[in-house]
Amino acid sequence: MHRPGLGVGLGLKPEHFDAALGWRGDGAWFEVHAENYLVAGGPRRRWLEAVRGAHPISLHGVSFSLAGSDEVDAAALAKLAALVRELQPALVSEHLAWSRFGGAYLPDLLPFPRTREALDRVAANVGRVQDAIGRTIAVENPSHYLALDGHEYDEIDFLAELARRTGCTLLLDINNVHVSANNTGASADDYVDAFPAALVSEIHLAGHRADAQLGARLLIDSHDAPVAPAVWTLFDRFIARAGARPTLIERDAEIPPFAELVRERDAAAAILDRHVAVAV
Amino acid sequence: MSTTLASFQASFFAALLAEPDAVADAPFARQPGFAVYRNTVMAGCIEALEANYPTVRGLVGDARFREIARAFVRAEPPSDGVIAGYGAGFAAWLDAQPEDAGSTLVGSVATLDRAWTEAHLAADAPLLEPGALIAFAAERFASSRLVPHPAARWLALAAPQAFAAWRGRREGGIHDDVERRDEGALLTRPDGAVVWTSIDRAAVAFLDACAEGNVVADALEAAAAAEPGSDVARWLPALMHARAFTRIESRSEGDVSQGNVALPLSLIPAGDGRREAAALGRS
Repeated sequence: MHRPGLGVGLGLKPEHFDAALGWRGDGAWFEVHAENYLVAGGPRRRWLEAVRGAHPISLHGVSFSLAGSDEVDAAALAKLAALVRELQPALVSEHLAWSRFGGAYLPDLLPFPRTREALDRVAANVGRVQDAIGRTIAVENPSHYLALDGHEYDEIDFLAELARRTGCTLLLDINNVHVSANNTGASADDYVDAFPAALVSEIHLAGHRADAQLGARLLIDSHDAPVAPAVWTLFDRFIARAGARPTLIERDAEIPPFAELVRERDAAAAILDRHVAVAV
Repeated sequence: MSTTLASFQASFFAALLAEPDAVADAPFARQPGFAVYRNTVMAGCIEALEANYPTVRGLVGDARFREIARAFVRAEPPSDGVIAGYGAGFAAWLDAQPEDAGSTLVGSVATLDRAWTEAHLAADAPLLEPGALIAFAAERFASSRLVPHPAARWLALAAPQAFAAWRGRREGGIHDDVERRDEGALLTRPDGAVVWTSIDRAAVAFLDACAEGNVVADALEAAAAAEPGSDVARWLPALMHARAFTRIESRSEGDVSQGNVALPLSLIPAGDGRREAAALGRS
């Protein structure tokens, strides 16, 4: 499942376009939120094309609402397909979540009861996306803040069955595992140990923060801080079992200097290298 | 389709955007974690409006803008995942708010902010260069169509002081040129960045007519009707210098020309057009 050449990548923000263009790193790649580039033209598309000329790109969707009770938005899907054709990204991914309802879009990754009905809907939507872009996508485990009633599957079984039905792969967000386990009283170690490693095509690492009022009882997947020590430990635990995978450092707010993100990237690369070395 | 998933999502969705004291009494809404979703959704929408309406924000202040934006999000949540384009209806919604009824300025400034966003995100296309109209026979020019560039946006201003207020903030100054009055504005994207210039009512009418597919002669008539006595030799070169058009389509030969056609000399006195173009602001 490991793609030769893709090591540790960085989430790319406009602040760092110029730095990213001129920088080279072993196995480096950049991930962008697809929606920021699903525009007709103009400077955004030119920036992305320039970065694509220098580095492999991953398109990460945040609005396709795979778990929506409605079908994936056809117009948005056509734009995504065109962007995929143009950029030939190394990876394409979305979330096990919904964000559209009744013609409106809300910018968050919303939860739902993992029922048999929901699995049918998600599988149909993943199928629509994959048919439109002509390739498989990776589906990411989201962060959880609620205990919902009515689940018929646990998350890992749901994702594994989704992959079996659609051929999609999985994106394991290890910060989300930590945040969700903390917020719902589950074991992050158990989750990481049970996650179907053979299906994992990408890993996300990011920072989180404690809720301003409730403190560490409620962790927020804020992407505005360095990767936390507990998340590094989980990452090491998964890689030791599964081997190296393309890994992304995400930072979406409180964007630090580019060099600081490169240092986090180097830390992740050292963990991948260590386990590759052990395996040899 | 009424299903368990759809009914769950309907109640979750409603509770996300409801006023705090009107949040549904669903089990999920009583958990503290539900506020994370409510806050993330509202913050994401407000940040998008802040990014897309920076001049309105500067005009009314941060706190007031957030208040206005929160009400707008509840009235018109995003319909599209491309949040960079969120808020198309903001100016019209502002105009309809009773508490802002006295301020057509805010509404006009919002239409200018929106024009900037649309120009920024619009499709790429060739630019019709200013020199392209030289040596174009007058009759042939009159029967041709000038096609506005997809990134060109123009508007007549309800508040004549709005453009000075808007460009003052966009160009880094805070003070408003309170004396200045502009009838309209043109925003174009000649070289990646959005630029802007003041245009009069005749030029707005001309661009409207061109966008509707009228030939130049008819578009000139529309311009003259909008502002009798308006001097086409002053404003048409300014439109050309701003790169408002992508091409000229010559009906007589049935072909599409880019670059080998020209404005009759009588229509290109050198003066104002070039000065106006030199004064174009940069984003």
